[in-house]
Amino acid sequence: MRVVTAVIAIAAGVLVLAGYFLQGIFPALASVQALLLNWAILLTGMAALAGIFNLIFVHTDKIRLREKGSIYSAVLVIGLVSTLLFGMILGTENEAMKIVLNGVIVPAEASLLGILTISLLYAAIRLLRRRTDATSILFLLTAAFLILGSATLPFGNIPILGTVARWVSQVWALGGARGILIGVALGTLTTGLRVLFGADRPYGGN
Amino acid sequence: MIELVVIGTSAFLLFVITLWKRRSPANLREIPALTFLYRTLGLSMEDGTRLHISLGHGGLLNARGGSALAGLALLRHIAERTSVSDKPSVASSGDSTLGLLTQDTLQAGYQAAGVEELYVPTTGRVAGLSPFSYAAGAMYISQNEDVSANIMIGYFGSEAALLAEASDRENITVIGASDDLTGQAILFASTQDALIGEELFATGAYLGAGASHLASLTVQDILRWLVIVAILGGVAVKFLTFFGIV
Repeated sequence: MRVVTAVIAIAAGVLVLAGYFLQGIFPALASVQALLLNWAILLTGMAALAGIFNLIFVHTDKIRLREKGSIYSAVLVIGLVSTLLFGMILGTENEAMKIVLNGVIVPAEASLLGILTISLLYAAIRLLRRRTDATSILFLLTAAFLILGSATLPFGNIPILGTVARWVSQVWALGGARGILIGVALGTLTTGLRVLFGADRPYGGN
Repeated sequence: MIELVVIGTSAFLLFVITLWKRRSPANLREIPALTFLYRTLGLSMEDGTRLHISLGHGGLLNARGGSALAGLALLRHIAERTSVSDKPSVASSGDSTLGLLTQDTLQAGYQAAGVEELYVPTTGRVAGLSPFSYAAGAMYISQNEDVSANIMIGYFGSEAALLAEASDRENITVIGASDDLTGQAILFASTQDALIGEELFATGAYLGAGASHLASLTVQDILRWLVIVAILGGVAVKFLTFFGIV
């Protein structure tokens, strides 16, 4: 069975990849690629449903076993099931559903974004306690310098600071970021090839 | 056509070097975060606590698939090593397709360790389907399930700070890696040890996942040198053209 899944996965991967580069020579590859990608999209939809059921199973288990924090699990399950039911009955364009979205989900995520500001500030303060080395000091100094260089200060901008800050962010930081992105791209390429060769099989099997 | 040549050359190099690496011992530079990760695995087994592997919310149908697959490769190794632990590892993801593969990978790890009967499907979880809902769900796991280390590896944006900070408050060791620049900067500031850039893809090789992982590192190094030569060559040509030498 493991061999069959590997053969199917590798064949699908090779066909989709070939579809990108060789459809000029073999036009049939384009339609095969589109077909496989459409199947993938359909499976993603089903996977979302499986993910939701997974979430429900995990949290109902917690409620059943009366684990620590199971009250939150109860709130989650009730919220999830009621939203799902009402969404299916009323439709996503219904006013009541829009109120749920705009009055609960959006503000909850926005408040998490607000907490994030404090979390980041706290992390920056704790960085030197956690790791006192030259890199950490340089990281904090650069961050402080760029904030001072780009923020509007009450007594007006400090001369030259803005220009130097722009130079640091657009030359040094951008150069470094591109270097990191090239490294990530190369890592992604080799990881993809390992999966394509069947050396890594995240789809059932050793 | 250049892309096809790059992919073809990389595939050929990966194949040849994998065969070569099976015979020659690995010689890897030390990455403190990965040394720490290796030690953390052993410690969690000894003190009977749980590891939480957060795989982020990178989907497999977009450009973030690479980091998700690298996370799964690490998970496979961790699942095999910690399957007989008193408290088996928990893995969370923020994408439905990644969630399915998370469960499959965990099961494969248990199978490889010969203890498939110990596998509990709910140890692989979809914690939420948007970045912040995922962070909220993953924070809940870290805070409530006797976790001693949170290994964040995959695609994380700014929400990584919430997860790292929640773990920090519970005195949970955090090791972080993301392929997103914002996520990397945040993890660098908020974790004890962060993996930078392509180090994310080196975890398998450092944890002994096999010759193909070691070969991947060598191929990356070769390609990186080719990119450096191409950039420097481009600079030289531009320089010479500017001064009218060529």
